[in-house]
Amino acid sequence: MQWEAVIGLEVHVQLATQSKIFSGASTAFGAEPNTQACAVDLGLPGVLPVLNEGAVAMAVRFGLGINAEIPETSVFDRKNYFYPDLPKGYQTSQMYQPIVGPGEVEITLDDGSTKRIRVHHAHLEEDAGKSLHEDFHGMTGIDLNRAGTPLLEIVSEPDLRSAREAAAYLKAIHAIVTYLGISDGNMAEGSMRCDVNVSVRPKGQETLGTRAEIKNVNSFRFVEKAIAFEIERQVELIEDGGTVVQETRLYDPEADETRSMRTKEEANDYRYFPCPDLLPVVLDQAYVDHLRETLPELPADKRARFQDELGLSAYDASVLASSRAMAEYFETVRDVCGDAKLAANWVQVELAGRLNKEGLDIADSPVTAEQLGGLVARVKDETINGKAAKQVFAALWDGEGDSADAIIEARGLKQVTDTGAIEAMIDQVIADSPVQVAQYREAAPEKRGKMIGYFVGQVMKASRGTANPQQVNALLKDKLDNA
Amino acid sequence: MALEPEDVRRAAHLARLGLDDREAARYVDDLSRILEMVDRLQAVDTEGVAPLAHPLDATQRLRADEVTESDQRERFQRCAPAVENGLYLVPRVVE
Repeated sequence: MQWEAVIGLEVHVQLATQSKIFSGASTAFGAEPNTQACAVDLGLPGVLPVLNEGAVAMAVRFGLGINAEIPETSVFDRKNYFYPDLPKGYQTSQMYQPIVGPGEVEITLDDGSTKRIRVHHAHLEEDAGKSLHEDFHGMTGIDLNRAGTPLLEIVSEPDLRSAREAAAYLKAIHAIVTYLGISDGNMAEGSMRCDVNVSVRPKGQETLGTRAEIKNVNSFRFVEKAIAFEIERQVELIEDGGTVVQETRLYDPEADETRSMRTKEEANDYRYFPCPDLLPVVLDQAYVDHLRETLPELPADKRARFQDELGLSAYDASVLASSRAMAEYFETVRDVCGDAKLAANWVQVELAGRLNKEGLDIADSPVTAEQLGGLVARVKDETINGKAAKQVFAALWDGEGDSADAIIEARGLKQVTDTGAIEAMIDQVIADSPVQVAQYREAAPEKRGKMIGYFVGQVMKASRGTANPQQVNALLKDKLDNA
Repeated sequence: MALEPEDVRRAAHLARLGLDDREAARYVDDLSRILEMVDRLQAVDTEGVAPLAHPLDATQRLRADEVTESDQRERFQRCAPAVENGLYLVPRVVE
């Protein structure tokens, strides 16, 4: 039987505010335990929450970025459960009237085509603290620094059909929030966390299968692997005559499998009700319009512009628009050198290759966009040939010069296009290689193409890589064939 | 709507309240009467009336995104039963 997976994602994005969603405590990462947990975060008696405008603005900007409806009124509710890292006994969240209504996110599939994934809604809530289960004499340690950090929970419709699509969706959300600057998107530090709902059904069937929820999958790769495993598990289970039970599972990256979490019977009885400590949030149109004006160009628009205006391929456009840092880098290179395709090529091949090799992010590139732009400009105006360009790039990477021009000058890499100078070098090489010249001239014309490589190599060497290779080739052929 | 003792015990557990049988029986009675009141409210035709999130006819004021709190860990931890390395210690919770 052909099976179809139905996947929905709940993505929790930590918003990049200075202070917490309901208190003036700092949200800075990595502080000493409990030094950023104030009376409100601790849930001490008598404290009252006051909503952070920064968090509201970020949530609304996300909504505008996915063309979502922004309701005039949104309301905070209490989600009640007991856990020591949630000292109030409830999480302040939004259940019934979230701040961001239905919207959609465009994802890019492996073949370069795009698909629209509907977002059901996005709501604001507070993060909980952290429980440390290491041994504290049989006790659990609680750090409440993270308690009250603003989260935007983005809930997709079950529109995703494969693990690859789910990973692409997560990347698209990551790109949008980092473009907007509303989150650092650092998954390793937990700035983006993801719960996945997966079910399977026979292809063509309307009704949905029973879903399992996989909690807290925290990297693009793990999301893909966890879903792939879960789909296979459910299909095998059903084909062996079993039934999928609705449950929460955990993904174990080391074993590459999902495992059932023991869940208490009442775990899902959250008894939501409107938070009496917070009044309804009403956003007037002027406020929303003002935020709309602050939106940068977002990945989908950038991708379209790279294709339509700059003439890049769908693949190039999608790679270069995938992150804000990458897009800004590329655009600077293009502005400096004036050639989009050359710029795209250099950013994706030479730069990305080297970054990859060294395990660096583009933001940490030792070669600045201005420097690379200066280099590409010299390739474009043929001041240097491709071989010299690679030398210049390596020198820039190693910090052996401030600009491509300085390195070209210092190392004498300027391409030699003076025919006379190249001819002189060719004559020398021919004079020094009587055996090879004789072999060449005796060879059948169809074999000569390969043999000329030797002479090109010698001339390039003689020029220390600076001769124009096309010219060398043409002049050599002329001299060898017509002598 | 009349409650059963089991409903009360379940609600008490969710709220982490310890009730003995005598208290549970009393709450069955009290809470059932409250729910009767709710039933009367439910009977009112509210077609077309928007749910009320808050009894005050006011909207939430927002504060600027600024850090206004300083570290008062020492003060807060003075009233905690157990602390270590800056952490609050609680009875072990492991799932």
